[in-house]
Parts: sequence; C-alpha cells; structure tokens
Amino acid sequence: MTATQSLTQAGARDETPSGLMWSLRDCWTEASRHLRALPRNPEVLVFSTIQPVMFVLLFAFVFGGAINVPGYDDYNQFLIPGIFAQTVLFGSTFAAVGLAEDMSKGIADRLRSLPMFEPAVLIGRTFADLIRNLITFVVMLAVAFAIGFRFEGTLAEALVATLLLLSFAYAFTWINALLGVSVSSVEAANSASFTWIFPLTFVSSAFVDPRSMPSWLEPIARNNPFTIATNAVRALYNGRAAGSDLWLALAWAVAITVVFAFLASRKFTSSTR
Amino acid sequence: MSAVVAEGLSKRFGATEALRGVDFEIERGKVLGLLGPNGAGKTTAVRILCTLLEPDAGRAFIDGIDVLAEPRRARSRIGLTGQFAAVEERLTGFENLQHVGRLFHLQTSEARRRARELLDRFDLVEVGNRVAKTYSGGMRRRLDIAMSLIGRPSVLFLDEPTTGLDPRSRLGMWDVIDELGRSGTTTLLTTQYLDEADRLADEIVVIDHGAAIARGTADELKRRVGGELVEVVLADPGDGQRVIDLLAPRALGTGQVVTGTSMVAIPVEDLTGIVPAVVRDLDAAGIEVLDVGTRHSTLDDVFLALTGRPAEEHAPDDGDSEVGPEAEVRALAATHQAQEEALS
Ligand SMILES: Nc1ncnc2c1ncn2[C@@H]1O[C@H](COP(=O)(O)OP(=O)(O)O)[C@@H](O)[C@H]1O
Ligand SMILES: [Mg+2]
Repeated sequence: MTATQSLTQAGARDETPSGLMWSLRDCWTEASRHLRALPRNPEVLVFSTIQPVMFVLLFAFVFGGAINVPGYDDYNQFLIPGIFAQTVLFGSTFAAVGLAEDMSKGIADRLRSLPMFEPAVLIGRTFADLIRNLITFVVMLAVAFAIGFRFEGTLAEALVATLLLLSFAYAFTWINALLGVSVSSVEAANSASFTWIFPLTFVSSAFVDPRSMPSWLEPIARNNPFTIATNAVRALYNGRAAGSDLWLALAWAVAITVVFAFLASRKFTSSTR
Repeated sequence: MSAVVAEGLSKRFGATEALRGVDFEIERGKVLGLLGPNGAGKTTAVRILCTLLEPDAGRAFIDGIDVLAEPRRARSRIGLTGQFAAVEERLTGFENLQHVGRLFHLQTSEARRRARELLDRFDLVEVGNRVAKTYSGGMRRRLDIAMSLIGRPSVLFLDEPTTGLDPRSRLGMWDVIDELGRSGTTTLLTTQYLDEADRLADEIVVIDHGAAIARGTADELKRRVGGELVEVVLADPGDGQRVIDLLAPRALGTGQVVTGTSMVAIPVEDLTGIVPAVVRDLDAAGIEVLDVGTRHSTLDDVFLALTGRPAEEHAPDDGDSEVGPEAEVRALAATHQAQEEALS
C-alpha cells in the first residue's frame, strides 16, 4: 500500500444520489450478483435442472401407466403440468437459504450500511430466482416434449399458463424471503421452507385428482391455492376452459406477493436486532 | 467537531444488557480502539453507529449527522468491515469491489476504476479475477476492508479485523490498519487483543459487560497499573495475599494474584534495585519463592487491574485456539519489528 491519502475523504461531502432510478439500479445490481454467480455454482444448476428432469421422467414412466385420471386419456398430459408447478415452487425455496446466508455471513449488514435502497437486496434476489426458475422451466419443458407432452390449446393459452406458473412461484419466493430473513441459520431456513412446501404441493391436484383422497383431506387439497393454480395451468396447457381458477390463482399470486414483499422488506430493514 | 460521537448508548437484548450507557468520541483522523472481551458489547456499539441497530437510549453522530434521524446520510459517510468477512464468495475480488461501488451509487466507470485501485492498494491484483471462495482468510479480510473503502468514507469501522486470522495474516492486517491510521482515516477499531489496541489505536476505551471501564492512551492506561511489574512465583500458592501485603509499601498500586497461577504481580514505579529488595523482604518473612522477575506492564495488566480477571480468560467462545496464536504472534511481531529496524 502506498499513498493512501485518497482512500478516504475527510469532512464534508454531498449525500450520495438517490431516487427511483437509483433504486431500480440497486435492484438490478443485486440481481446481477446472483445471476453472475449462477453458472459458477454447478450444484445449484444441477439441482435446478437435472432434478426436475428426473422428476418428469420418473413420474411419467413410473406412474404414467398406473394412474387413471377422469377426463384425461393420457396421464402425462395431467401429470406434467403438476410437476412443472411443483418444481417451480421448490425453486422458490432458494430465496430462504440464500437470504439466511446473507444474514449470517454479515453480507446483509454490509449492504445495509451502504446508502442503497435496502429492499433491493430482496427484490434483486427474487428477480434472479425468477430467472433461474425460468431456465429450469425451459429445460423441463424440452424434456416433457421429448416424452410426448403437447400443448393441446393455442400458443397464447400456453403462454398465459407459463406466466401464471412463474408468477405463482414468484409470489412464493417472497414467503421464503420472509423466512430467510427471519430464521437464525441457513440450516433452519432450508428445513423450514421444505417443511411447508412439501405438504402444500402434495396435498393438491398436482399428481392425482383430490376426489381420490380421504374425505377429510379432499377439501383441504381442493382449496389449496396451489391446487387452484395447478388446475388453471393444466387447463390452459390442455386447451380447456380454466374458468375462475385463472383469476383466483392470479389473485392469490398478487396478494401473496404484496403482503409478503411488505413483511419481508420490513423485517429485513428493521433495526431492532 | 468530532467525527464520531456516541452518547449514553444503551441496548438490551432480552435479559442481556449489551450496552449500559457508553460514551466516546473520535477526533477526525484518529483511531479509537474499543477493547473488550467477547460479549463486552463491541459489535453492538458498532452496529448502532452504522445505523443497523437502534439503541434503547443514547444518541450517535457521524460527522455531526444524527444516525437515528438521518440514517441514509450517515451511511454515505461510513465504511463498515464487520466481524465476519462479508465477501460474496461466488464473485471475484474485482466484482465484489465493483458491486459495492455500484451500490454506493458511483458511476459505473468510477466503480471500476476504484475497484482496480483498491485491488492494487490491498495487494490483491493477482487474485482479482479469482472467485473469493478460493481466497485465504487474510486475503478475504483485505478484500473486505477494501470493500468498505470504496465510497471514500469519512469514518471507517473495523470490527475485530484480525480475529480468526493466522499470525502471519494478522501482522499483515496490522500493517494495513497502521497505514490507514497514518494516512488520517478516522477509524473505530474493536478488538479483544490488548497488544493490537496498543499497537494501532491512538486512544483506547476499555469496555466490559456493556460499560466503559477505562479510557486513555495505551501509555496512560499502563501508568494506571504502574509502568513496571515485579512478578513473584510462589512455591505455595496460598502465600499470595501475604506477599501482596508484605510488598505493599514498595508497590504503586495493588498487587494481584494472577488467576489460575501461583504468581503475584506487583506494579512498581521503578525497577532499580527492586529484585534484591523483594528477595530480602520475602526471605525475612520466610516465604519460599521459585522465581522473581520484572517486566514492563502490558494492557493485559490493565485489564487484570481493572476487572480482577485477565482479558483472555472470559472469551469462552474463542476458547483455546486464541492462546497459541496469541503467543506466536508476539514472537512474530518481535522479529517483524527487528527486521524493519534492520532495514531502515
Ligand atoms: N441480536 C442479539 N440478540 C440477543 N443477544 C445479543 C444480540 N447481539 C448481541 N447480543 C448479546 O449482547 C452481548 C454483547 O454482544 P456483542 O456486542 O456482540 O459483544 P462483542 O462484540 O463485544 O463480543 C452479548 O452477551 C451477546 O450475546
Ligand atoms: Mg463482536
């Protein structure tokens, strides 16, 4: 180290610039932290692509011939949208672990000590997770097509289904974000997020018709927002009327996003811990 | 106007009183050492000053800016190097620096320029394009400090910058901090290591259990326990108090039995002729001793005198691992200094 004079500055200086554009730039800067890292972290890419592909293949070949669902000749047309939905929801748990890591490693403190837009840490993270989920989805879709899955409706319907899928997963990313900034360790974040995602996705219409479930479980499965979203997505990919499920699922996605983005941001920026 | 002012900072976490009304100020360009064992409240104080934590009572100012009233303005004046190296392991050193620069709202080109400049200053050019995951502890720490300097802060906070480093990296870090201090960076340095505060800080505030128990320069603190010490190793540890009483007329302050040993340390003003005198006194009283020696007092002695316990002893979290490196670093520091003197 030589001539350190210019390392710091003594005395008066203007406040760093702020405003909407800077806030948006902060969100993008934080998102790019994770997006840059994505190709460097092979485990994450494996978990988010190979595993879903395995799911598609296993479920399709293991259960494909054994299960009959009323209204569907080909179980795969029923099952694969359910696997899409479950996989992107599993993808939403990365936020819990990633944020818990930021909190425990002091990265959160470092970022919060900067004159930045604090919620950008969460917005950037959830946005990067959305991109990763999109990549996962594309890979899964390709495999699904390879084993015979088809869009039975219009391309527009398939597009709406995909957007619904991703926005629903995005909403759940915010629930996991709240978890991540609330728990005390990375391990806790990991188990806490899967503890509720597992039952949520299995007690649903993702793999079977809820009518085949025990009578006490059926109403739970039927009213599960995840069932509503899955039903809407499945209907749209198969060219059938999604009816109120589409609007209801969208309403859930928006409501969850708004409520949990607020709660998670408040928790993250609070100065009581 | 002081660069940093902390007034009556208090903070309670449940039943733990982490801070109990701590005051201090840092003059511009000075290094203040906040010295205390694990759990003393150092990190809590740093987090309050860095706008991350609201105190239950008290006020804090950075460059006259009230951190509670205007946290955002305060943030544009500070650089924080927290207790744990806050580097993004998946990014390279360069990217880490650039990332913080952008979040400090520097222009893109300026953020890049600063990143390159700091890599150079902190001896990280060669590893600048490697992901930080592959860095050694010392490299991470240097990157961490470089990151906190991106926005040219007017006050730098260093929370235990050498804890967990191997002795050699620790000395390297001392040079870095020394250099920053000499270039006039206003710094709040926290440490559990007395020799570290002694070497790096212009002024020291000793805190224990959330309260400031002493303050002054290292020399002033040492003077409080006497500049010099006579150490008597007893054959029978039970003789401790007798020896303290016996030698009280020659002592400057109160002698102490060094916890967990059969040694008594007596602060004295002047070492001239003291050893024969002490030996005569002890002999006349019929107290059997194994050894009598002298040394200059250190900040360890200050801590012992102030709290009745050695500083290291109540750092349970770090356990034994600190004892070895601690001794080793002193030896290394001595050779290091000798080398420097030989060169100049
Ligand atoms: N977030 C927290 N929740 C509960 N207790 C805390 C929290 N932070 C610190 N403490 C407690 O406050 C005391 C002071 O902690 P700290 O400021 O971290 O000390 P130091 O940095 O000097 O080791 C300790 O007893 C610690 O356990
Ligand atoms: Mg601490």
